[in-house]
Amino acid sequence: MKFDYIVEGGEFINAGIASAKLKKVLKQLGIASDIIRKVAISMYEAEINMVIHADGGHIEGEITPEKIEVLLIDKGPGIEDLDLAMTEGYSTASKQAREMGFGAGMGLPNIKRNSDHLNISTKLGVGTTVHISFKIT
Amino acid sequence: MKVQEIVNELNLEVITCNQLLDREVSDGCVGDLLSVVMGKATKDCVWVTVQSHINIIAVGMLVEVSCIIVSEGFSIDNDAISKAQEEDVILLSSKESNYKIAAKLSALDI
Ligand SMILES: Nc1ncnc2c1ncn2[C@@H]1O[C@H](COP(=O)(O)OP(=O)(O)OP(=O)(O)O)[C@@H](O)[C@H]1O
Ligand SMILES: [Mg+2]
Repeated sequence: MKFDYIVEGGEFINAGIASAKLKKVLKQLGIASDIIRKVAISMYEAEINMVIHADGGHIEGEITPEKIEVLLIDKGPGIEDLDLAMTEGYSTASKQAREMGFGAGMGLPNIKRNSDHLNISTKLGVGTTVHISFKIT
Repeated sequence: MKVQEIVNELNLEVITCNQLLDREVSDGCVGDLLSVVMGKATKDCVWVTVQSHINIIAVGMLVEVSCIIVSEGFSIDNDAISKAQEEDVILLSSKESNYKIAAKLSALDI
């Protein structure tokens, strides 16, 4: 089964909607709750990153009997130093985002910890694609 | 322990989901940085925070907290309240600080 979501940029209000929708789909499919939790946390962090760092983007993915694949694609500024971005506590979040409790620099490390596979391809001035996958069996 | 007992013991104001207060609470988490909470909060925990905007509902839903206590008497955004109602997230409010609330929860063995 394939899925597709648009993520609006700038609006913190709507952030997390796609993750909540996918979570409901996974529940309906009867996926184990510990896997659903990992998918929800990882996808939410990546979705929020698209909103606060890249002015939105889109999400596509597929659920098969073996795994869940999620691709989060944006045309934002890209990430200059990926190793640095993966470091716990590193953040370039705006003052406005920080006041709302974003910007701990824990999003990417959370994704790494909760997914079975994480790959980020990014190019300055072009955008970022975050590819996450989870084994079901 | 049930949410209802915490509401009674800590004298909390129930903002949403009055009908769900028999939900169980198994653990606690205090935090105002959302992705720290995403990483640390366990399923069915009570989450104490000063944040009072709509994104706490998304976080609460995704990590499946038992309830959220907004501390310091901060007024909760209307869109957060309606989202919480829609998604069955129990929102509670307290005038006390994160520290005081956590101390009282701890005294209740949470
Ligand atoms: N999609 C993206 N586009 C551009 N930069 C990004 C993107 N995702 C992450 N980054 C960069 O990587 C840094 C680290 O991301 P991470 O999610 O770990 O922390 P954060 O978003 O700053 O804070 P937190 O997730 O704790 O709220 C960000 O501050 C930002 O500089
Ligand atoms: Mg982040």
